[in-house]
Amino acid sequence: MTTTSQDLERTKQRNQLSQARLLGLVNRVRELGLLVVLLLIILIVGIQAPRFLSIDNFEQILLSIAILVIVAVGETLVVLTRNVDLSVGSMVGLTAFVTAYFFKQLPGINLLLGILLGCALGLVLGMINGLIVSFGRVPAIVATLGTLYVYRGLVFVFAANTTSQINASDVPGGYLALATTQILGIPSLILIATVIAVIVGYFLHASPTGRQLYAVGSNPDAATIIGIRRDWLVFAAFAASGLLCGLAGVLWGARFGTVDATNATGLELAVIAAVVVGGVNIFGGSGTILGVVLGAMVLGTLQNALNILNISQFWLQALYGAAILGAVVLDAFITRWLKRYILSRRKKV
Amino acid sequence: MKRLKALLISWDALLVALLLIGAVIGSVVSPYFLSSYNLENALPSNIMEIAIMALPMTLIIIAGEIDLSVASVLGLASVVLGLLWESGHPMWLAIGVALLVGLVAGCLNGLLVTRLALPSLVVTIGTLALYRGLAYVVLGDKAVSDFPTAFTNLGFGSIPGTQIPWSVLIFAILVVIFGVVLHVSRWGRQIYAMGNNKEAARFSGINVGRVKLILFMLSGVIAALAGVIFTSRFSSARPDNAVGFELTVVTVVLLGGVNIFGGRGSLLGVVLAIFIVGVLENALSLVNISGDIQSLTIGLLLILSVLGPNIARRIQVAIAHRRLAMGSIKQV
Repeated sequence: MTTTSQDLERTKQRNQLSQARLLGLVNRVRELGLLVVLLLIILIVGIQAPRFLSIDNFEQILLSIAILVIVAVGETLVVLTRNVDLSVGSMVGLTAFVTAYFFKQLPGINLLLGILLGCALGLVLGMINGLIVSFGRVPAIVATLGTLYVYRGLVFVFAANTTSQINASDVPGGYLALATTQILGIPSLILIATVIAVIVGYFLHASPTGRQLYAVGSNPDAATIIGIRRDWLVFAAFAASGLLCGLAGVLWGARFGTVDATNATGLELAVIAAVVVGGVNIFGGSGTILGVVLGAMVLGTLQNALNILNISQFWLQALYGAAILGAVVLDAFITRWLKRYILSRRKKV
Repeated sequence: MKRLKALLISWDALLVALLLIGAVIGSVVSPYFLSSYNLENALPSNIMEIAIMALPMTLIIIAGEIDLSVASVLGLASVVLGLLWESGHPMWLAIGVALLVGLVAGCLNGLLVTRLALPSLVVTIGTLALYRGLAYVVLGDKAVSDFPTAFTNLGFGSIPGTQIPWSVLIFAILVVIFGVVLHVSRWGRQIYAMGNNKEAARFSGINVGRVKLILFMLSGVIAALAGVIFTSRFSSARPDNAVGFELTVVTVVLLGGVNIFGGRGSLLGVVLAIFIVGVLENALSLVNISGDIQSLTIGLLLILSVLGPNIARRIQVAIAHRRLAMGSIKQV
């Protein structure tokens, strides 16, 4: 305990530059580490079951994580600002159900209109979260734990007043094709997820607003002092998370065709697992989209490996939990080790 | 300090009012609400697992941490209990091992939080998935339900001469113990101190790590005890027992006036909040509203319990500013 507090004191004494360097190093070590873990899993499973290594299976893995990546990108924006959005599963569930119902009732309607409807609904749900957190001053964990159940309850209310389940045969083929179309031989779901990850990743890395998101997360008070409009940024992050959940909901309905009131329940666990495994600091201020995508790939590969190796899917949830714990424990050790390394270098100089 | 106390007192008063309003609404919407069976048995027995888990949760949140894994510990303990009984072990041994599993689960939470200085929010989201996952791994999608009557009586039966279930007695004893620990003992003062300022608490000689570790272990054991009661009440050990209960547990604690950032709150408020949620759920199920829609109201209640005081405080501040401004104008 005493060594930690000494470390803490020394950390405080270090200047801004080495702090930034430390974060940069942690990120790089994390991304490299994830890549190594991913390759190790592929190698180990590949030796036991060669069909795991086929291009076809690789495509399956990417397909299975595409929606997860879209939601996790939104979650990253929120977590970077030192908040958390636990309501993502319910937002995806609500938009998927409402969009599928919309297409069922109006089969002839323009495809774009339904997509816009789903996205708009997600945006509104995210804005409600943002309002409660930013302007109602309710801690994000409380607010979104609440809306997790409120939004899920709304799906049940909606289903109770309309229909309990929407089947693939009820919705127009054009809607289902949204998930199955291939462009240049690549499934559209993978393309959409990639485009979103690249855009948001570039935005976070290069735009002033993106950098301000990091600033808000690493030191909220300092961010306010230098003139960053913190409340608006946090609000915007929640709104963006809602919007991406809306899009994910539209795609969810298209991919699975059959949706009921319980769809996407518990998705928040997988999303938070991807974000934390991807190296985003849960206290905000550090993490990259590349890391989150790698995190999602590790989880997707693990799930696929369970299938291929004929291990019961019951292991999946325990594995997600272990992955979250493993990632934060590893982070703690890497940070400690890097701090010691930088300190020893400084002493030599 | 005086003002803080006044606020707490008024919050408790508000809770009493809410409880009365809930009871009036309950008796209006359903003729069964005021029946002695409903009030003595159905209403309390339905909320007791949550009530019991809310007690250690109160202490943990006041100490500045959170334990989101309680419902998963409940499920895991329930499954372990069922599996041991099914494989021919005596009931007392099965219960003992189930409680031990809870202790170990809580200990792991506590060690990760205190020894590695990890945020309890992430750790217990991780163990929420891990413990629930282990429950599935252990039992699959089976269920154990052939428990002996002596055991199921713990959940179904009631204290002789009344209709009050045994679990209420367990809860009452625990309330007294936790009340004394939190509000009378040295320990309680330490818990408030570390919730208010962890560093200051450490420098004033409180072993923050040890107290927190004990709190997490306590939370684990109590969650396992709730698992035993839950299993006995439904006479069924399933891996998905009590999924999502952590929300209600956190809700009653926050509705009871405990600050999510630690350092403030009282057990009285939490006990009142437990009964408010109990009355609400009971009234809703009496008018045939399904559990999924019930949790919508619980979620709303959770948000409003924090949003309400915040908005009230803002209005108060605004009024105070106005008065101040008016006063200065008069002086000029």
